[in-house]
Amino acid sequence: MGGLSHYFEDEGLPTTQISLIREHTEQIRPPRALWVPFELGRPLGAPNDPAFQTRVLTEALKLLESSRGPVLKDFTQDAPDDRTYGGPPACPVDFQAYTEAVSEVGQLLKAFKEEFSQMQSWYDLARQERGRTTAQTFGSGAAKLIDVITRFVEKGSLAVVDERISQGTALRTAVEDLKAYYLEAVSIQPGQPVDSRSLADWFWGQTAAAQVIQKIREICKESRDDSLKHTTHALIPKNQLHRFE
Amino acid sequence: MARLDRMTDGEKKYLLSLPCPTFGATPWAVPPSLNKCRISIVSSAGIHRRGDRPFEPGASDYRIIPGSAEPNDIVMSHVSTNFDRTGFQQDLNVTFPLERLKELAEKGIIGSVANYHYAFMGATEPQKMERAARSLAGIMKNDGVDAILLVPV
Repeated sequence: MGGLSHYFEDEGLPTTQISLIREHTEQIRPPRALWVPFELGRPLGAPNDPAFQTRVLTEALKLLESSRGPVLKDFTQDAPDDRTYGGPPACPVDFQAYTEAVSEVGQLLKAFKEEFSQMQSWYDLARQERGRTTAQTFGSGAAKLIDVITRFVEKGSLAVVDERISQGTALRTAVEDLKAYYLEAVSIQPGQPVDSRSLADWFWGQTAAAQVIQKIREICKESRDDSLKHTTHALIPKNQLHRFE
Repeated sequence: MARLDRMTDGEKKYLLSLPCPTFGATPWAVPPSLNKCRISIVSSAGIHRRGDRPFEPGASDYRIIPGSAEPNDIVMSHVSTNFDRTGFQQDLNVTFPLERLKELAEKGIIGSVANYHYAFMGATEPQKMERAARSLAGIMKNDGVDAILLVPV
């Protein structure tokens, strides 16, 4: 991010920025940067906390009033829920049955479809309450998503999703849609923790969907299509890979 | 978590191994006073409008996000899976603070919000984005933008 500031500023456009990794910003030396102690993915700190977000944003914008630079200021306040670990959410269905000894692809996909179906009502509620979803990158719905995922696991190939993009990007996008579908759904359930670690532990540790993604990863690893092969590393976060090794 | 001292050794090592360029002198352009600034957001979160082309690995181009875009119009196709997306799923503003910026304009803290905002996909090395960024600067100036807020992910 800091690199872009050099180009914009050099063209005569003043910039200010949020910095997530102080060590990188120290090296890049952008004109104006506010370092924040938040986790990657949450540069404004806390979802659904407009007052906190406004404080961060205002601090970053006020750096435009600096008379000289480079300026690297620290925002030292942690995000309100940054260190709260609620533990994985409780699920409305017993996924345990699916996470143990599901070895056959057919069984796995059956469990996955049932699980997906169980999430549907929560997903619909989440979409309605938030007025948005991030889960439909191409605008197609849940049935199409299930079709793309299961077809890939069964046949190792994708139907043409969009001619403008590679197979790998089409697959990666579908997998991200799947994660978003589950995580948007579970995080709307009453009383559930919504911190990132609890949600990640739930998804990667307790769902059949996570095992389907691992299956997809294995197929990508052996693929002769370069874009699919490269996608092997873009499906499961590094800090969750230990569950599958 | 972006405090390295709170990360595991593996996470810390990975983050510090990400490509990080070095530049010469830091350029410095002078903006109007903040309450007169027309501000555009440039994000590196790989976000775009639903139905727009997803970002491919190595993408050095950008996507346009109109200021009139609704939160439900915005999706993400960043190629990295190693950062949290659950915050973005719960609230667009934690990643792309367009609504917060509009509120600051209504309060008179900034002058106004630009009509267009932009997103790159930050896993690409910034040097590969130079051409697109310099070209975009000209477009933004023509659009009356006085200053840019850069937001990483």
